[in-house]
Amino acid sequence: MTDQRFGLDRRVALPGPLPLDGGGTLAPVEVAYETYGTLAPARDNAVLVCHALTGDQHLASAHPRTGKPGWWTRMVGPGRPIDPARHFVVCANVIGSCMGSSGPASTDPATERPYAMGFPVLTIRDMVRAQAMLLDHLGVEMLAAVVGGSMGGMQALSWPATFPARVRACVAIATTARHTAQNIAFHEVGRQAIMADPCWRGGDYYGGEPPAAGLAVARMAAHITYLSEAGLTEKFGRRLQARNAKSFGFDADFQVESYLRHQGLSFVDRFDANSYLYITRAMDYFDLGEEHGGLLANAFRVSATRFCLVSFDTDWLYPTPESRSIVHALNAAGRPVSFVELSSPFGHDAFLLDVPELNRVVDGFLRGGVA
Amino acid sequence: MSPPCAPLRPDLAAIAAHVAGDSSVLDVGCGDGALMAALRDGKGVDARGLEIDPANVAAAVARGLPVVQGDADIDLLGYPDASVDYAILSQTLQTCRAPDRVLDELLRIGRRAFVSFPNFAHWRVRLSLLWGGRMPVTRLLPEQWFDTPNIHHVTIDDFRAFVRGRGITVERTWFLSGDRRRSAAAANFRAEHAVFLLKR
Repeated sequence: MTDQRFGLDRRVALPGPLPLDGGGTLAPVEVAYETYGTLAPARDNAVLVCHALTGDQHLASAHPRTGKPGWWTRMVGPGRPIDPARHFVVCANVIGSCMGSSGPASTDPATERPYAMGFPVLTIRDMVRAQAMLLDHLGVEMLAAVVGGSMGGMQALSWPATFPARVRACVAIATTARHTAQNIAFHEVGRQAIMADPCWRGGDYYGGEPPAAGLAVARMAAHITYLSEAGLTEKFGRRLQARNAKSFGFDADFQVESYLRHQGLSFVDRFDANSYLYITRAMDYFDLGEEHGGLLANAFRVSATRFCLVSFDTDWLYPTPESRSIVHALNAAGRPVSFVELSSPFGHDAFLLDVPELNRVVDGFLRGGVA
Repeated sequence: MSPPCAPLRPDLAAIAAHVAGDSSVLDVGCGDGALMAALRDGKGVDARGLEIDPANVAAAVARGLPVVQGDADIDLLGYPDASVDYAILSQTLQTCRAPDRVLDELLRIGRRAFVSFPNFAHWRVRLSLLWGGRMPVTRLLPEQWFDTPNIHHVTIDDFRAFVRGRGITVERTWFLSGDRRRSAAAANFRAEHAVFLLKR
């Protein structure tokens, strides 16, 4: 296939304009994406995979800069539940991000300078609408499935609610239909850390020193929420880092401190601080029930989509009751739904890690749609 | 084409034989989805399930069945009234914390309800208590007293009195010992398990 729309590391500038929930429009809409496999002649085998807060479009291929393998090769690849031999797989960088899709670091055509804080505040539904524009461009009218974990799961849930006639199946893993006060609170800590960094300069730091210290702290705080207490205890306990005794100072005495500092520092190399502000804001604004008259069941009433939800017993960021409330809404709406809480020591991050049961469930669910 | 599967448990086979084709079903305590799969593949039934054990749920979902992990005592509340043709509770009644409320929910959600349970008045159970003086461990009740999930043992006569007292209509009954039918008159003594088709 020589169609330049398909393949790895693709970019497209869609003319838009994309009307936004917060008012105003975005144009052009740049989208960085990858596709794997071949769109069947009947155009019925497309699977859209949605990434999480700091994810990217390099779903199942090596990252062009870092050389690291794709972020979900456990789920997507030959012999995996989502298999390019059967599926036409699409993964796009969300708008607002910094991996090639339109975001605060992009050039504002009105000023020829980076948008910075002039970029419009987005919602999860805006991200989904941009993905729909990309699918239009790719000639995909109907998705066999939309699949995502964490913020990707929010997009996955938002898809059938926004485009009920375009999705046959939805897999939403370790996610929620709305951000709770606690979720918002953690995000606000991260945003304040960024904005308190003198380098942030009201977001206008492009071409200069970025607010790396603030972004690193934001990442450290968030990273704690991705792990379970038991997982942290098992991994680090109270063990000391490369020393035999406490220093009675403020070095990273404990291994867990050293680990978090490393997580923070390595994050700033690959992520834009303003994008972090915009995407966390979109997640905080997410309340699928609120978007549908205050009743979550209404979000699903007109769709013909099958749903599969998975939560993890050690995930305290989006704990099982969040998934269960989505299940109740789907039951009330009469939609076919599968749900299971899987056991894993890994906390919220489990959806990215080795949980064989997860693959079994997703594989069975996706195949279950084939009569 | 559906894969060949093991024959259904006798009570499930009785239920499967009497669910109308192309109907809708909620199987409460669906286990690994054996009955649901048989109904879907054999009769085109829109079958949904509720199951408490995560390994069973994973197995059922891996068969492509829409099964929700949940507890019959808690999670039936979210299902709308009269949303399925049949609500099925097979070998689960005796494990519920509040079997009376679960039965109410079943008859609210389903236009009809199939209920099957092991009969605690079967003669083997009686003999075991009478002569052995120990809690019965039988083919249908294989667990010891301390690890059994069965917390509300019930007999066929108990159940008959219960539904009569609540004004529930019994449309049909099947009384089984293995896969052999037993007469209604002798059921409380001779049937290992019972299946009731109920209607509000």
